[in-house]
Amino acid sequence: MDEIAVRFSHVSMAFPGVLANDDVTLDIKKGEVFALVGENGAGKSTLMNVLYGINTPTDGKVYISGREVTDFNPKTAISMGVGMVHQHFMLVPSFTVAQNIVLSREPRRGRVFFDNAAAERMTRQLVEEYGLEVDPSVPVEELSVGLQQRVEILKTLFRGAETLILDEPTAVLTPQETDELFAVIRRVVRERNMTVIIITHKLYEVLAISDRVGVMRKGQLVGVRNTADVDEQTLASMMVGRPVLYDQLEKTGTPGEEMIRVEDLTVRDNRGLVAVDGLNLGVRAGEVLGIAAIEGNGQSELIEAITGMRRPESGRITICGRDATGLSPGDIRALGLAHVPEDRLATGVSRDATVTENLLTGKQRQKQFNRFGFHQRTSTIERYARELYEKFDIRGAGTDVTAGDLSGGNMQKVVIAREFSFDCPVLIIAQPTRGVDVGAIEFIHSQIIDRRNHGCAILLCSADLDEVFRLSDRIITLYEGRITGEFSGGFSKDEIGLCMTGSRREKEAVS
Amino acid sequence: MFEDILKSIFSAGTFNQMLRSATPVALAALGGAMTEHAGIMNIGMDGMILMGAFFGVLGSYLFGSAAAGVALVLAMGIVVGLFFALFVVKFKSDEFIIGTALNTFALGLTSFLSRSIFGASGTKGNPALPTVHIPGLDAIPFLGQVLNDNSLFIYLTWLLVLVMWLFVYKTPYGFWLRASGEKPETLRTAGIAPEKMKWLASILCGLLCGLAGAHLSLGQLQGTFAEDMANSRGYIAFACVIFSKANPAVAYGAALMFGFFDAIGLRLQDYISSDLTNTIPYIITIIMMVYVVVRSQRRKRHAGKRLPARQT
Repeated sequence: MDEIAVRFSHVSMAFPGVLANDDVTLDIKKGEVFALVGENGAGKSTLMNVLYGINTPTDGKVYISGREVTDFNPKTAISMGVGMVHQHFMLVPSFTVAQNIVLSREPRRGRVFFDNAAAERMTRQLVEEYGLEVDPSVPVEELSVGLQQRVEILKTLFRGAETLILDEPTAVLTPQETDELFAVIRRVVRERNMTVIIITHKLYEVLAISDRVGVMRKGQLVGVRNTADVDEQTLASMMVGRPVLYDQLEKTGTPGEEMIRVEDLTVRDNRGLVAVDGLNLGVRAGEVLGIAAIEGNGQSELIEAITGMRRPESGRITICGRDATGLSPGDIRALGLAHVPEDRLATGVSRDATVTENLLTGKQRQKQFNRFGFHQRTSTIERYARELYEKFDIRGAGTDVTAGDLSGGNMQKVVIAREFSFDCPVLIIAQPTRGVDVGAIEFIHSQIIDRRNHGCAILLCSADLDEVFRLSDRIITLYEGRITGEFSGGFSKDEIGLCMTGSRREKEAVS
Repeated sequence: MFEDILKSIFSAGTFNQMLRSATPVALAALGGAMTEHAGIMNIGMDGMILMGAFFGVLGSYLFGSAAAGVALVLAMGIVVGLFFALFVVKFKSDEFIIGTALNTFALGLTSFLSRSIFGASGTKGNPALPTVHIPGLDAIPFLGQVLNDNSLFIYLTWLLVLVMWLFVYKTPYGFWLRASGEKPETLRTAGIAPEKMKWLASILCGLLCGLAGAHLSLGQLQGTFAEDMANSRGYIAFACVIFSKANPAVAYGAALMFGFFDAIGLRLQDYISSDLTNTIPYIITIIMMVYVVVRSQRRKRHAGKRLPARQT
């Protein structure tokens, strides 16, 4: 049982400007499920890409089943029994399941012809052997994501993998598909004595599936534990390097003047249907108003209307006491509003622009950053970007790389840094921590509360209910574009949950 | 009169003309199908055809034999394919720019060489490719007239359509070729460099487009070269590739359709202005492209409805 499947010995991996792996030494035993956790950009994927031969380490040695790896490329890794299921599937959509599985090792007929029947037969054999049910003759593009992942696993098994690397396998799966995947992992480990390495940042999954867990932080392996000995809190503090202070946000001050006023607002969605239906709300300075709603109940359209990205059908929006109805996003921002949009890739950052440019966006016309209105003061801009970069703890290869090179969490920090630095009296924040790791979540939350304590009026919308509970002073629930409940003080999850599904609308009419 | 028109349209002569007009387009489309499968948008086929046409005649003129012309074309096809791949695959330049550059370069080079070697009016009457007489085929009425006594490359094209179709869909190399265009990383993680397949596709495209040009100058026009004689056939071939989703057999069908309307245009010249009839193939090309767009739009809508994805 204590045979070593994979050994990393003082492995370092440097990319231009970043040390992605820093002297990592780690043994993974044969027949175990090993979870590798860490924040975005902690170096988990880099380390596994070294094992799979995509990265050649700058220092250190890697041993697979006791043999040293001398030539780092996927072909060698495959021949040494390592298989990897990437986060983005490596499948050709128009090929069938069988054709994808045998790719590069096709069975042949008469030396030159592809033997499709044999490919399907081999796939069926594999399916039966491992109990991973999937039809070999169906084109992959017609399969659900969960089944595509199954094909990926079958592919690595077909190539003779004994060690299986799964890179964030559950990120794209539904809860049911996740359960199925875990059942599959347990089965291959138990029946085939395979070794499974699973990269994730969902801590409850670590506890559910792994035997041992390794935690990475800033490129270093900070600890390896038996899963049985740890809980989510311990892992989270190992990941961020200090205790995670959940539920200890200090809220100070009293609400002031009303800064956002929405009256009888009606907005239509892209299909022309009414998405926001005669809605009224107000947010005061020094207050966080949280919106709790199931996706598609008008919260996106509401925020788009307030920020000027969507023209309202009727009603009135007042920002800082001035009419903002139907103004352009630029004019609304000029009234004193900053906006963290829900989709950072579509509207939050420009992936092709540098981090500096992204941080500057919206301030480029300010006097301090240019001469005579057109000549940029490069060094001032650089210094300013550098300051924000450090203040908001953005981790990447510096301010000169394009924003697209950052991990999701750090990209989000760029958006937050830019918007919060406008120092506006009104903040509209949508999905501030979607796809962001534990440490960054904590940081972003504390920044939001910091703005609140400085007297900012904040409208917050998030699909993560815990987040809404944690940050909000008041919560409204939306259902089909109408407010179905309003809560302040101690929130009851059950009650709010009921309102989100529309079952308390009658009561709202009474109150 | 209307009856006369119909009679002349549906004569054996029209269908024979269809085959002749279709063949250079079909050969180029076969080449274009290779690069298309490898994920390269190749609009440089027109230039490749033109070079093929010129070097075919040049070889035939220099060595006094059409076979030598074809040999020169094959060598040139490989060079042009390598050249194209060097920029598009190795240096990762924009394929649209390189394709356009190739077309412009081919036009300039062939015009310059043609004027220096043959003089202002081009050349004609060089040793041409033979026509093939299949004994016994004449016995079949109509079909015999259409299919028999054609230039060698018309029959070669049939063979090539079959070979390329088998290559793309029935051999492992065809799977690698398609994977290199559809999802190159998949092929790379399987241990095969997708660039290799792209180089191969470029070379095959150079060869096939070269043959298309050789057929044009040495076959169809019996050893003649005139400036810009490709006459946008490369673009029509590209339309055939897109229309057929790079399936060699369907691309040949699309080329036949082009040839058919081209042939009709020639017949109608007796009745309508030739300026007008010459536009017919291009109008058909536009209609084909509209169909392609509509088809992909419908597919997109359909894909939306198809969710949730199929379970087994």
